[in-house]
Amino acid sequence: MASYILRRGLLALLVALVVSFGTFALFYFATDPAQTIAGEDAPPEMVEEIRQEYGFDRPVSVQYVAWLGGVFQGDFGESYFWKQPVGELIREHAGVTIILALSSLMVTILIALPLGIGAALKPNSWVDRFALSTAVSAQAIPNFWLGLMVIILLAVMFPIFPVSGDATWRHYVLPALVLGASSVPAVMRLTRTGLLEVLGADYIRTARAKGFMGYQLIFRQALRNALLPVVSVLAVQLGHKLGGSVVTESVFSMNGLGRLAVESIFNSDIPTVQSLILIFVLTFVLLTLAADLINAWLDPRIRMG
Amino acid sequence: MMTTDTVKNPRFVAESQTDGEQVDTGLGLSPAKAALKRARGHTGLKIGFGIILLMVFLALFAPWLAPHDPYVQNLPMRLLPPAWVDGGEWRYLLGTDHLGRDYLSRIIYGARISLAIGIGAATVGAIIGVTLGLLAGYFGGWLDQAVNFLVTCQLAIPSLLLIMALVFVIGQSITVVIFVIGATHWVFYLVVTRSATLRLREMDFVAAARSMGCSRFQVAVREVLPNLSNQIMVIFTLEVAIAILSEATLSFLGLGIPSPMPSWGLMIAEGKTSMFFQPWLVVLPGLALFMLVIAVNLLGDGVRDVTVTDRRS
Amino acid sequence: MNTQPLLDIRNLSVEIPTESSTLKAVRGVDLELKRGETLGIVGESGSGKSMTALAMMSLLPPAARRSAACINFDGADLMQASEHDFAVQVRGQRIGMIFQEPMTSLNPVYTIGRQLKETMTLHRKVSESEAEVRAIHLLEKVGLPDPASRLKQYPHELSGGQRQRVMIAMALMNEPELLIADEPTTALDVTIQAQILRLLRDLQQELGMSMILITHDLGVVSRAADKIAVMYAGDIVETGTTEEVLLNPRHPYTQGLLECVPGYRNGALKRLGSIPGIVPSMTGTVQGCAFASRCPRAVDTCRTQTPPSQEISPQRMYVCHDPQETRDWQPSPAPGLSQDMLVSPSQGQTPILSVNSVSCTFSVRRGMFGKRIPLRAMNDISLQVNKGEVLALVGESGCGKTTLTRTIMGLQQPDTGSVVLNGQRIETLPAMQRARMIQPIFQDPYSSLNPRKTIGEIIGKPLAVHKLGSRQEQLAKTYSMMELVGLPRRVFNSYPNQLSGGQRQRAAIGRALIMRPEVVICDEPTSALDVSVQAQILNLLLDLRDELDLTYLFVTHNLSVVQHMADRVAVMYLGEIVECGDRDDVMLNPRHPYTRALMDSALSIAPGEIVPDLGLSGDFPNPMNRPAGCAFNPRCPIAEQVCRERAPAPEIIGSSLVRCWKAQPSSDRPIA
Repeated sequence: MASYILRRGLLALLVALVVSFGTFALFYFATDPAQTIAGEDAPPEMVEEIRQEYGFDRPVSVQYVAWLGGVFQGDFGESYFWKQPVGELIREHAGVTIILALSSLMVTILIALPLGIGAALKPNSWVDRFALSTAVSAQAIPNFWLGLMVIILLAVMFPIFPVSGDATWRHYVLPALVLGASSVPAVMRLTRTGLLEVLGADYIRTARAKGFMGYQLIFRQALRNALLPVVSVLAVQLGHKLGGSVVTESVFSMNGLGRLAVESIFNSDIPTVQSLILIFVLTFVLLTLAADLINAWLDPRIRMG
Repeated sequence: MMTTDTVKNPRFVAESQTDGEQVDTGLGLSPAKAALKRARGHTGLKIGFGIILLMVFLALFAPWLAPHDPYVQNLPMRLLPPAWVDGGEWRYLLGTDHLGRDYLSRIIYGARISLAIGIGAATVGAIIGVTLGLLAGYFGGWLDQAVNFLVTCQLAIPSLLLIMALVFVIGQSITVVIFVIGATHWVFYLVVTRSATLRLREMDFVAAARSMGCSRFQVAVREVLPNLSNQIMVIFTLEVAIAILSEATLSFLGLGIPSPMPSWGLMIAEGKTSMFFQPWLVVLPGLALFMLVIAVNLLGDGVRDVTVTDRRS
Repeated sequence: MNTQPLLDIRNLSVEIPTESSTLKAVRGVDLELKRGETLGIVGESGSGKSMTALAMMSLLPPAARRSAACINFDGADLMQASEHDFAVQVRGQRIGMIFQEPMTSLNPVYTIGRQLKETMTLHRKVSESEAEVRAIHLLEKVGLPDPASRLKQYPHELSGGQRQRVMIAMALMNEPELLIADEPTTALDVTIQAQILRLLRDLQQELGMSMILITHDLGVVSRAADKIAVMYAGDIVETGTTEEVLLNPRHPYTQGLLECVPGYRNGALKRLGSIPGIVPSMTGTVQGCAFASRCPRAVDTCRTQTPPSQEISPQRMYVCHDPQETRDWQPSPAPGLSQDMLVSPSQGQTPILSVNSVSCTFSVRRGMFGKRIPLRAMNDISLQVNKGEVLALVGESGCGKTTLTRTIMGLQQPDTGSVVLNGQRIETLPAMQRARMIQPIFQDPYSSLNPRKTIGEIIGKPLAVHKLGSRQEQLAKTYSMMELVGLPRRVFNSYPNQLSGGQRQRAAIGRALIMRPEVVICDEPTSALDVSVQAQILNLLLDLRDELDLTYLFVTHNLSVVQHMADRVAVMYLGEIVECGDRDDVMLNPRHPYTRALMDSALSIAPGEIVPDLGLSGDFPNPMNRPAGCAFNPRCPIAEQVCRERAPAPEIIGSSLVRCWKAQPSSDRPIA
């Protein structure tokens, strides 16, 4: 088990390194940071001076290692655009994203799990039909448009919630609903098919032949097996949400990491984009690792390999 | 080699008549016919197919169907509401945008962009994903591990950010958007192709083809690939929907289709500034998007339902 | 003792609505079972035997509809019982049930102990520790060594045979009055099957239970049941004591079925009987007798009127018009080349295929990151197949049969040793040339035909790959091959899913033979088929052998098929050939203790006889964990010190090759 965790951890680290180096190289070859810092109309000599001063003339691998070395000491570099340490920038913006991600995950769980379980328990009933049509429509609604519609409806026509911003908890209600809704179809479908599959398994027939029925059958026999895929998909969804809910944050004008990332891209702010991508990827890999560990705890076949 | 080919042994013939099992012609249809028969009874599939047919028709004949040129600005006529609302004009059925361009014409032309991007990006993704999945699943070994690592990386990257960065770096155009969205949406193809190939690889008909002298490549392409077509078709439709939504999102954020092209996502972004007073600017292109995407999804779900064949029926 | 039957079912029917019509899975079944009695329900796939059992337990799939005049169990009518009553009072409490698939029938995420104990604590007010005592007691009874520590294990840590023992223990936790066993040994190897059947019989006698044993295997039912009900197309066509039904069958279906079993008629090498046609689909209204379309005795009345039940005695009944006109019909083997096929006509001593000390070791990785563990799939295997003969390769799953056949076909490179086909080493033969000399026929006709190709394409594919002849010539050859294997021309453009299992296997045979190979590797070609279809395919294979001058390497685990088909037999155990020789020598006079156990575990139809005790201990070992010395020593009843220390080398005794330290000369075979 310990070696399993160790190997998975190493793999996660490797993925993070490869991805962050990839983005680093992409920006290295496609943009000119010296020009960015100097400004559009700066004279060539000044650009050249900055290039040498910042070390932009070194090979890409050297620059990457230098930057990475800083990251290991907690120094993410200095933002070209905001002219402040990237670590500080991230700390300022992270709170909004974390609150938004967690609350929208709650929304997803509260809608998708009951619907999925209900649909699986009574296939082809009205619950099932309702759940499936919800999934089909939710999948087809562009998330940013849903955000705008919710604003028009619940912030303008019936001004219950604020239009935009991130000052109070009331500001988070609409974004969490919208962002949460985007994960409902995937989670709901998986819960439904997973539970249906388990309920059709041979060992459930065995349990029924032993005398299990109703809630006992679901909770003491089926649920643990059916949860396995759901845990994984929830981890992936949370990872995506923490990885910058770009759309929701910009629709509701929230100062989260997603918006920070978008603005950094627009402004070729390489250190910020770099650091954000590294953090997003690490978060994602660690979350899926956590999901694998939960699944290993739930399923002895994984645990014992 | 085949000297006794014309054996007509009467005893075999006799046996084949008395002993051979009867084909119950009512028992089974060929796979294609059975799927068609099921399709005819599938409401969702028919609705989806109908809407898509309509959208494709609009896109193909946009120059003849659109009442106005979608690019011509008519500033005195700007921000007209749809015709049935107070202040609307019947010349501009769905009103005009902030530059006085006819909204109906722009929505009709927008179908072209959405369909082109959806189909184009889903094709690019299919080519990448199916090829990698077939290779990884059929040949396995280090190739499989390399592909798996690639998938882990791809999944770990926040894909919208990656797409935005790529488009920003390369430049905004329809072709770029198609290739960037396609190049970041192949994992689903790969996962399904790989696992189906892994399953098919163990089937005896693959061993039979190998033992009749076919090369591994021939087997992969001629025996395995045809069996994946249904699943690939289903993913293709779902990926078309995802690509359409991605393009809209991208254009909405200002990093997709460049202005003044009539992309639905871009139109929503342009309408957003005045959405509290002219909500139709946001509602209408959104509805068009919703209709198209739901139709594609219905078609995809329908295709999946009707092509699921009971292996042992 | 009260004489009232424990179970009395009257007019039980099950209907399953499908897309277009309603499938009548069970049609008016009557059954009766006394206390302490074992009833065997026999039938081919689709006969409704499992549905009958599930209907009794009210465990049918949700869509199925059940109706019955009554299901009296110990005086109470279960048809009146609610789902709640059923769960609380009947299932797992008074009726226990075991299923076919031990690999998937236990919940993978809970320990064996929890699953055993909850069966008891769910129904009775007992403490955890009381339940645990009972669980340990039962695990010991079903023959699992070290039962107390088993409780903490998970299902995936046990082998199939062990899991089935746990299933049995679980079904017995509450001392049920009736045990329903639905194909309890079908998924298991033959030696394990014999052990499990013996265990079931012992437990049943000890606990005085009644038992319903559902199986397709007439050999199994002949050894294990007191009385038999034969099912066909959802209805019982004949009942009676085991002896009466099997030795004096009255219904033409029972008669035909028995003729299909290799070895039923003692003179082994006779052609098998067969039942023409396929089971009709039981949808819509069924007119007349369901068997009429396949019955050799059918007359007009059979096709129009529901057959009456002919009662011979209160316990002996069959459902048939028994038409006067065809009363003198006698069951006989199917027509064919010759009724007796004692010696293969062209059999000589010219070796066509030889395998010379082939070994192969895989390294298997456990899990995605696990350690690599060596798995010796083949260890110093030598074999010779002579032109025109049928060599049967026998062994249980995991013994390396598949690796050996793949090596022989050149699809797997051995680590050492060589395979020589017609004087040429197989690995030096180009794939195309090899393909014209040796071809395979596979076990599962559902997976051996590409579902996306038509039958004509499939059979003609080798010709297309090898570019033999023009398009016209290829077509002509395909048609004549279809005729040869008994496929009607009209299926040329059909897809595999439109054909029955037997027809698919015929197509697979046609594809293998269309290039006229000299050697055919038959890998369990009939084990996925019903016994009546198996007979057709075996007959076809023998006829084609004579017609086309073929040599077969016939891989199988079914010893009655070996008895019927083979000239010589090779027995494999854990990657080694432990015995190889002429059929009669090996089968009647086995010298290796494993061969002996294997032969004893073959359950021929022998009413009155019981399942023999094989004297084998333990399970088939994990090939990744090979025992030291002789690979068989941990299970061997006669192992000594030398067997545990050194591996025996092959040795010629009489006409056989045996790999055993203690191989017996032929005459003094001890009673195991």
